[in-house]
Amino acid sequence: MCLSIPSKVVKIDSESNIAIVDTMGVTRKAGLELVEKEDIKVGDYVLIHIGFVMNKIDDEDALESLKVYKEILEIMDEDERQKLVLEDDNCENRGA
Amino acid sequence: MSELQLKDLYDGFRNPDTIRSLAKQIADEAKNLKMPLRIMEVCGGHTHTIMKYGLPQLLPDTISFIHGPGCPVCIMPKERIDHAIALAKMENTILLTLGDMIRVPGSKTSLAQERAAGYDIRPLYTPMDALKIAKENPDKRVVFFAIGFETTTPMTAAVIKATIEQNITNLFFHINHVLVPPAVDAIMADGKAQINAFIGPSHVSVISGAKIYQPLPDKYKTPVVVSGFEPVDVLQGILMIVRQQVQERADLEIEYTRSVTMEGNTIAQKLIDTYLQPRSHFRWRGIGDIPDSALEIRPEFAYLDAEKIFGDILPNEPIDDHKLCICGTILKGLAKPMECKVFGTACTPNTPLGSCMVSSEGACNAYYRYAGVLA
Repeated sequence: MCLSIPSKVVKIDSESNIAIVDTMGVTRKAGLELVEKEDIKVGDYVLIHIGFVMNKIDDEDALESLKVYKEILEIMDEDERQKLVLEDDNCENRGA
Repeated sequence: MSELQLKDLYDGFRNPDTIRSLAKQIADEAKNLKMPLRIMEVCGGHTHTIMKYGLPQLLPDTISFIHGPGCPVCIMPKERIDHAIALAKMENTILLTLGDMIRVPGSKTSLAQERAAGYDIRPLYTPMDALKIAKENPDKRVVFFAIGFETTTPMTAAVIKATIEQNITNLFFHINHVLVPPAVDAIMADGKAQINAFIGPSHVSVISGAKIYQPLPDKYKTPVVVSGFEPVDVLQGILMIVRQQVQERADLEIEYTRSVTMEGNTIAQKLIDTYLQPRSHFRWRGIGDIPDSALEIRPEFAYLDAEKIFGDILPNEPIDDHKLCICGTILKGLAKPMECKVFGTACTPNTPLGSCMVSSEGACNAYYRYAGVLA
């Protein structure tokens, strides 16, 4: 019931107060009654819930989170590599 | 033009490597926990994510999940479902509702069974369709049986507004909108579930703002982290909770910053406040009566309120659950679905005895669906 789906605004119909959005390839209509009309533009990412735009997703913020996770992964990969090198250095059976 | 792609908003927050790295980080930092964490994920959407991605299996034993009451279909007591059935059986009436509501058993039958018996009962994709159906059927009464937490309430308010503005006179509303904070407070005041941290709901908070949970850290000294519904969001939220507990803090924090602010969607809040007000009493399945935990139509719009207009045909006696069903105990955080004697045998998603098995957000449904993960 509370699940909402990230979608991209592809068109705004000001007359009927609806946005046409793309939800992973599916085109749907969503009412703009719950948002400031000036705030929503073509190209924005929004959450859609039971036929209404709920909010605009802060894309800078989403990018920032994804960047942080990528960095964590890179640090972990580096840690893993160092661990492997260390294990290799300490390997008693080298050449066995 | 943003570099963000739509698929990043899905895949980026479900990335298996990120899930593994966060789980490892949680395991490392959880070694410093001063006591085990019993985290209530209030919302059924989170329960679903936790089970679907097998998060309990990725986390140390010192972190456990207590599934909360945040499933609007699950908490609906049987007498309210009987209301919907009584309304649907009125002459010349079309009854509309959302989601899984039509499959939940009332005292005798469900709305789906009544529909099969010939009554005009229709599930909606969007409440806005109620306007269209009312206009297309001017000689019929159309009743919208409105359900949901704070997430879904402004949409009902928008339909009420449009009904008034468009002078539609045959559309009525039976309001069952419920509120998260009073229910969570009732569980904490009871104390039996021994919860010491919360993952706050995602989309309730988009509307209401994270500020609605501030009483939890203030009154009960429990951390609250509002998280998104994706598995990476949930794990990041847990990491933030672990850090709070290790640092002996109990704060309200937002992990889901791409969509949630402290203030929430003020346009939606104003719309709700214009048409709806807190109702003094509402009985929750399992939890019982909680004052001011639900909404009703404001008295000035009583001419739209199905509960008032058709009150004489609506049964009001509280009706208990099936005696074998422990849905109520699960909703209070006092039992897991596996502890129920009829789980997966007499009670399955196709033949549900209780609401927790019906709704895709219900804990029993999530356990049944992802049972392979548990094995």
